[in-house]
Amino acid sequence: MELSKSEQSMYDGELGEACRQSMEILMALGKIYGAKNMIPVTSVQVAGVSYKTIGDAGLEYLMENVKNGAKVKVPTFLNPAGMDREQWQEMKIPEQFAKKQIEVLDAYAKMGISMTCTCTPYLVEIRPKVGEHIAWAESSAIAFANSVLGARTNREGGPSALAAAICGVTPNYGLHLDENRISDFVVKVNCDVKSNADFGALGYWVGERANARNPAFVGIKSASEDRLKALGAAMAASGSTALFYVKGITPEWKVKTGAEEVEFTKKDMQTTKEKLTSPEKPQLVTIGCPHASIDEIMEVAGIVKGKKVTCDLWVCTARKTKEKADKEGLTAVIEKAGGRVIADTCMVVCPLEEMGYKVTGCNSGKAAKYLANLCKQKVVYGDVGDIICK
Amino acid sequence: MQIIKCRAISRGKAKGKVLLSKDAISFLGGVDPKSGIIVEKGHAIEGKCIAGTVLVFPRGKGSTVGSYVILQLKKNGKAPAAIVNVEAEPIIAVGAIISNIPMVDKPQKDGYAMLKDGIVVEVDGEKGEIKY
Repeated sequence: MELSKSEQSMYDGELGEACRQSMEILMALGKIYGAKNMIPVTSVQVAGVSYKTIGDAGLEYLMENVKNGAKVKVPTFLNPAGMDREQWQEMKIPEQFAKKQIEVLDAYAKMGISMTCTCTPYLVEIRPKVGEHIAWAESSAIAFANSVLGARTNREGGPSALAAAICGVTPNYGLHLDENRISDFVVKVNCDVKSNADFGALGYWVGERANARNPAFVGIKSASEDRLKALGAAMAASGSTALFYVKGITPEWKVKTGAEEVEFTKKDMQTTKEKLTSPEKPQLVTIGCPHASIDEIMEVAGIVKGKKVTCDLWVCTARKTKEKADKEGLTAVIEKAGGRVIADTCMVVCPLEEMGYKVTGCNSGKAAKYLANLCKQKVVYGDVGDIICK
Repeated sequence: MQIIKCRAISRGKAKGKVLLSKDAISFLGGVDPKSGIIVEKGHAIEGKCIAGTVLVFPRGKGSTVGSYVILQLKKNGKAPAAIVNVEAEPIIAVGAIISNIPMVDKPQKDGYAMLKDGIVVEVDGEKGEIKY
């Protein structure tokens, strides 16, 4: 692998231990994936933030980096943490967990990382442009950035994203290269897809079949950014999709002639939704996986306005989006109905299973997967209106 | 002295006895970070302690948090002295680098067969070699 002068000096340890180790990580990944060189990145999103997912082992790693003088070189944003930094007591987060979570966040803050704590940095902080090279690490944000924004990122892990932030570069392989951004897997959608739950089910079904291929959709008549966000998140959860195309909607459309074609029908939609749901009454309904946009918060507020919900209700979002919702009076509407607007965290990465919840509702294909296997929940899956009013 | 050429992954040099596993290893859940003992049920080297060994196994598997578990093992004095993989993947490579454990992969074809359980070898993660 060829290194530039500044990259070589980082590798040689001239810029300190944190930089040296980070460059060694990037070099090793470059070797493993056959990269010929490094490329500069304009932003980084770091995952491995919730204490629930990284545990003491991850916390020690972060402390070690701080001790070694790690500082980020490019704008770097944090994935959701395991709790709302302001409302964790109201959320009934165990105190020991909160203490550890604060240590994790402090370590990241010392490295110069923005405390955005969101899987949707593109809604509040940064919108990379078509062709821009970035190193993002949260699977739904990766899918959104590659597909809806046309930026270029691989599926980074916690340490590789942090290393990219510390060095300002990433190995040039995978989705950074044109030849790997072509789809050879076309999905013909032969039914209506409208709600988030529809797009989540479609994504879930495709993710299970796409393997490492980039799906290309035809037959989707319209899809807002919120729906594309739901689609990508579900595919990245049930499979490992990092890039997809939707004909007439995404900024790029690169499909190989003679690509394999599969059909998604009304029946597939039904069976997928049946598979994701169970016939129970949720103790908690969660909206905002990925983090809710202001439009999605408005939708929930519209549904619960003037009513009392019969279960707990969380709308999970980025702190900046929550501040907007506070200003527009949407938070007050949701709180009056008995719900909460929660920032910095989500239903998947907070310690739900330790908080007494056993049955949780969602309208997200991604949440449906992880609530079941990471949070040990029975899942009730459906559209916002249907799951809230039960 | 014999030299097996490999690919260098993580810098440093270390000597130890070969502990050979024919199964891939998941460090999260598969290895106890306090004792260094393989705890995965039915694993080829279940019950064996990896501390101080030259751990030879095909590749990593499982959660990416495994990288951090390797660091925990190191801090607890229970990490392998060096790692040899058939084919490195990011979990093990990153774990070795952040823990300053020398690591190489892709040993020459016959080289892998020569790495018998219990023999003492030296892994050079700079040059990408195993000496014995």
